[in-house]
Amino acid sequence: MAESVVEGEGGDATRRDFIHIAAGAAAVGAVGMVVWPLINQMNPAADTLALASIEFDMTKVQEGQQVVIKWQGKPVFVRYRTPAELQRVIADDHASDLKEPQTDAERTKPGHEKYLVVLGNCTHLGCVPTFGTGDFGGWFCPCHGSHYDASGRIRKGPAPANLVVPEYEFVSDTRVKIG
Amino acid sequence: MSDHESTYVPKTAVEKWLDTRLPIVRFGADYMSLPTPKNLNYWWTFGGILALCLVTQIATGIVLAMHYVPNTELAFASVERIMRDVNGGDLIRYTHANGASMFFIAVYLHMLRGLYYGSYKAPREMIWIVGCVIFFLMIATAFLGYVLPWGQMSYWGAEVITNLIGAIPGIGEPILIWLRGGPAIDNATLNRFFSLHYLLPFVIAGCVVLHLWALHHAGQNNPVGILIPKDRAKKDMVPFHPYFTVKDGFAIILFLILFALFVFFMPNALGHADNYIPANPLQTPAHIVPEWYMLPFYAILRAVPDKFGGVLAMFGAIGVLFVLPWLDTSKVRSMRYRPTMRTFFVIFVVVGLLLGWCGAQLPDAPVVPGMPSFNLIDGQLNSYLWLTRFATLYYFAFFLVILPLVGLKEKPLPVPATISEPVLSGAEEQKG
Repeated sequence: MAESVVEGEGGDATRRDFIHIAAGAAAVGAVGMVVWPLINQMNPAADTLALASIEFDMTKVQEGQQVVIKWQGKPVFVRYRTPAELQRVIADDHASDLKEPQTDAERTKPGHEKYLVVLGNCTHLGCVPTFGTGDFGGWFCPCHGSHYDASGRIRKGPAPANLVVPEYEFVSDTRVKIG
Repeated sequence: MSDHESTYVPKTAVEKWLDTRLPIVRFGADYMSLPTPKNLNYWWTFGGILALCLVTQIATGIVLAMHYVPNTELAFASVERIMRDVNGGDLIRYTHANGASMFFIAVYLHMLRGLYYGSYKAPREMIWIVGCVIFFLMIATAFLGYVLPWGQMSYWGAEVITNLIGAIPGIGEPILIWLRGGPAIDNATLNRFFSLHYLLPFVIAGCVVLHLWALHHAGQNNPVGILIPKDRAKKDMVPFHPYFTVKDGFAIILFLILFALFVFFMPNALGHADNYIPANPLQTPAHIVPEWYMLPFYAILRAVPDKFGGVLAMFGAIGVLFVLPWLDTSKVRSMRYRPTMRTFFVIFVVVGLLLGWCGAQLPDAPVVPGMPSFNLIDGQLNSYLWLTRFATLYYFAFFLVILPLVGLKEKPLPVPATISEPVLSGAEEQKG
């Protein structure tokens, strides 16, 4: 087709090519416009996106305890860490086996270091890790064997990243707002 | 089919009228008289068995959809209602659930038959590739269906498998949210999974039509693996009916006995007790495993320490099947005449079963309890992690190294010129 244009068999051939290409392009564009809403409908709906942030009363967590709350359909761990756990995670701040190096201070709020707030989904494939069974004094994911320390940092196993710290803030001394 | 001359003669006036307008009776009659290699063994009966499996799944599935409710609040209860209150509902659901397992037993044997007898080689590449598409669609359909009862295994299976897509660098996360319809697996996810689970079996049926079209165009392979010369057609072929309708029918009866054994006597043997616990997004079961037919691929996923790498390996394990026709360099189709390759094939089957076994174990658990071991890179050598890795290595080596190299190096046994020759031990056939 293109060759006939170059060799110029006459105005008709070029005009016909133009019509073919233009019609083809219009058809592709039209199909795209029709198909797009059919694909886009699968994206989160307005009510799903409108999920509000939640507030949580930190006094409900005792030292050495963890409370799991549901936020946007996902578990959030709120953990009140013991001094021994804190000491251990700070000592490990620059450990060589950290896949995603972060200090414990970077993962907590100043003045509230004893509280750790992380999403409760393993960064590997999303299972909920259990506390107290791993090799590093933190979480262990039963699905594929990822070990996290008490700061939620990945230390061993297939998970690529630390447990995610969601956006949150202390609205008062004892209340946090997640989201 | 293309070379097959129609022998159908319409007899009644209705048939004659129909034959000039829509020759559907002729189509069926031609199918029945299709010349078929006379040496097909029982490994060739799985095609018919698989057709039956697909029909069973569609029939039971349509009925189940009349009672099932795709809503996170109601799904689990609606499945229990099917089990307890719907007339014969327990039987229908157990048939559907075990039917999936039966479908996979049959498809794995069907694929191994193709692998052993070289059914994927020229001119049958398209039969094989369409078959691979069907296999992939089967996996997708089975996964979607397993989510619907909304039990613990359903939920966490969906979580883990959809997260595989999230592992794709860059575009993974937006695709993941698009697929789930929200930040987590929820009602939107369940609804679309139900919709797609209903759709895909019909896509599979469409692919089966292509599979059979390609099969009848290129002609069936046979255990000897040779292309049957035109002048031998009369001697080496028999009509499909009654010879293979009867043979397939007998195999189907045996298969249905196995099927019934599961449905009636151990309907939950292949399932997981955890799936009778309603889905809980806040707690993962201590030991999550996929259904048995996904275990080898699940094992391969876990064998790779890197997340995206694991996903690539798992999809690669299926993807490599698509290019199989070009990886095998041997001109001999049937492994009957390839003793070296046959050994590697047997090892491959064992490794496949081993991968399935490993997929069901905890990766850190020792293979031989109590045996002294040492740490190799990131795990004990005496652990399922390393056993899985060795097995995964063989799985890929079989396709990417062994098949190409053995085809070039081996010395195959003499291949008979006709399919009658090995049977008649040369008496008549030696001459010509």
